[in-house]
Amino acid sequence: MAETKELVKTLADRHGRTRESLIPILQGVVQQERYISSEAMTEIARELDISAAKVYGTATFYSFLDTQPRGKFVIRVCRTISCAMRGKSLIIQEIEDLLKIKVGETTQNRRFTLLETNCLGWCHKGPAMLVNDEVYTELTPERVRDIINEYMNK
Amino acid sequence: MPNNFLRRVDLIFDEDCNLKDVLKSTYQRSNDDIINELLESGLKGRGGAGFPTALKWKFTSEQPDADKYIVCNADEGEPGTFKDREILFKVPFKVFGGMAICAKVIGAKEGFLYLRGEYRFLLPELENQLKVFHSALNDLGINFTIKIVMGSGAYICGEESALFESMEGDRGEPRNKPPYPTVSGFRKKPTVINNVETLVYSFMIFRYGARKFKELGTADSRGSKVFSISGDTPKPGIYELELGMTVEQFVEEFGDGDTKAVQVGGASGFCVPRKKFKDTIIGFEGVPTGGSMMLFNSSRSMYNVLKNYLEFFEEESCGQCTPCRVGCQQLKLGIEAVKKGERHAVYLDQLQKLAQTMKITAKCGLGQSVANSFFSIVENFKEEMIY
Ligand SMILES: Cc1cc2nc3c(=O)[nH]c(=O)nc-3n(C[C@H](O)[C@H](O)[C@H](O)COP(=O)(O)O)c2cc1C
Ligand code: SF4
Ligand code: FES
Repeated sequence: MAETKELVKTLADRHGRTRESLIPILQGVVQQERYISSEAMTEIARELDISAAKVYGTATFYSFLDTQPRGKFVIRVCRTISCAMRGKSLIIQEIEDLLKIKVGETTQNRRFTLLETNCLGWCHKGPAMLVNDEVYTELTPERVRDIINEYMNK
Repeated sequence: MPNNFLRRVDLIFDEDCNLKDVLKSTYQRSNDDIINELLESGLKGRGGAGFPTALKWKFTSEQPDADKYIVCNADEGEPGTFKDREILFKVPFKVFGGMAICAKVIGAKEGFLYLRGEYRFLLPELENQLKVFHSALNDLGINFTIKIVMGSGAYICGEESALFESMEGDRGEPRNKPPYPTVSGFRKKPTVINNVETLVYSFMIFRYGARKFKELGTADSRGSKVFSISGDTPKPGIYELELGMTVEQFVEEFGDGDTKAVQVGGASGFCVPRKKFKDTIIGFEGVPTGGSMMLFNSSRSMYNVLKNYLEFFEEESCGQCTPCRVGCQQLKLGIEAVKKGERHAVYLDQLQKLAQTMKITAKCGLGQSVANSFFSIVENFKEEMIY
């Protein structure tokens, strides 16, 4: 894919072509394309002159470096204890109903992916979630409905 | 009973930091003088392990290498911790200032701040503040720069050697120790790695002198500490408190009147049941904590709490060594089986042995500390594990 190739080149120009540039480049690909395709991995390996296995090894280690196709908006709801105690299940339920997907799935139109994640560092204001890099706290089913609706119109 | 022990402190979030003056006066002092002042303060690392900060700096300063680094650990992934986020949001200059003082002592030209991916929203503002900071250094004629490196959602990267691996572009798999970072850290060069809060206290010690810090706390736990408080409490949030209080004093202030247990130190910390509140000191002489304090009242099932922690460890284990990779799974499956009645209650003893084995044989702190919550919850809440 020409676009991916171009993106990888731009990112390598920005972050450099050393081993230490690998993760910033992978993060850049995720920011743009929401996941790291095998084409992207091959392209990065070529650009940095390292093996594709090495790129794959690093990429698959990190939970935010998705290697599965994801939606434009990736929702990550905290499932750790403080948020669990403050009703994260209701939040998940609400999102599942709204988007008609289960945790781990992506909507047909590739707009939304719903995931669970570990403690986001907002335990005093749980339940908390991320939509891409944006944080939402003190969620209620009503609030989460409004938030998702807003994203639907974006 | 009036709670006159809990003392609020305002060293960390006090926004007046007088950055330039503090750096200027500290840069005029000898390295020995700086290390001695830090040693006198008694400051211990706030990231969990509690290693004396002065010694870390001293050991690194003694290495002959030309290239050395100071790394700020802002990976803050321990369940129930959120104070580093607030510190970076409110007083980033103090963090950078602490790094600059360390840089002088060890002879580093470059510093790095490893920020967890979940905190990416902080990045634009931090980059702005960093520009202002660098220009202040420039005015002072100090040759030191800080770069922010982003994490990507892996709790294990808070472990120092895994963090270096990650900064080098690899999987965040912990290294064997020794060698310790003071000898071989980032790029295998001598490196000081400190928690965000540790760096702020270091800076404040050079702003106000060791004495002001030392006056607070106890012989083993000097100073104050920022606590992240969540769970069943009417006032969850971030509080800087003097060290040395008991869990009982803490619960009196933050409990909801029905507190049955407090988890001190997050999933890798210890669960303190009500009957032990009185005799348990929060600090290095009792239960240490990186700041995570989670309160549970009597409506909570401690089985669910333990299961949630084990799921956390199972998922966040880097998988590099067998005791931890397999152990975390088996502990979780094990308590599920006992709860469902598929296994007899005595099976819990066997699981405890497994946790003990992990403590001894796991390669890093993650696998070694699973036993902390496992023992302290299973032993104190056995009935809840079974029925
Ligand atoms: C699994 C694991 C996770 C850790 N996570 C963090 C973390 O998020 N932040 C932190 O400062 N230290 C963390 N640590 C401790 C670091 O390895 C290291 O001891 C600390 O950054 C040293 O800083 P200090 O001396 O200022 O406390 C973690 C340790 C382990 C074993
Ligand atoms: S103890 Fe766990 S996290 Fe640590 S190195 Fe072993 S598998 Fe990885
Ligand atoms: S437990 Fe959900 S943000 Fe910490």
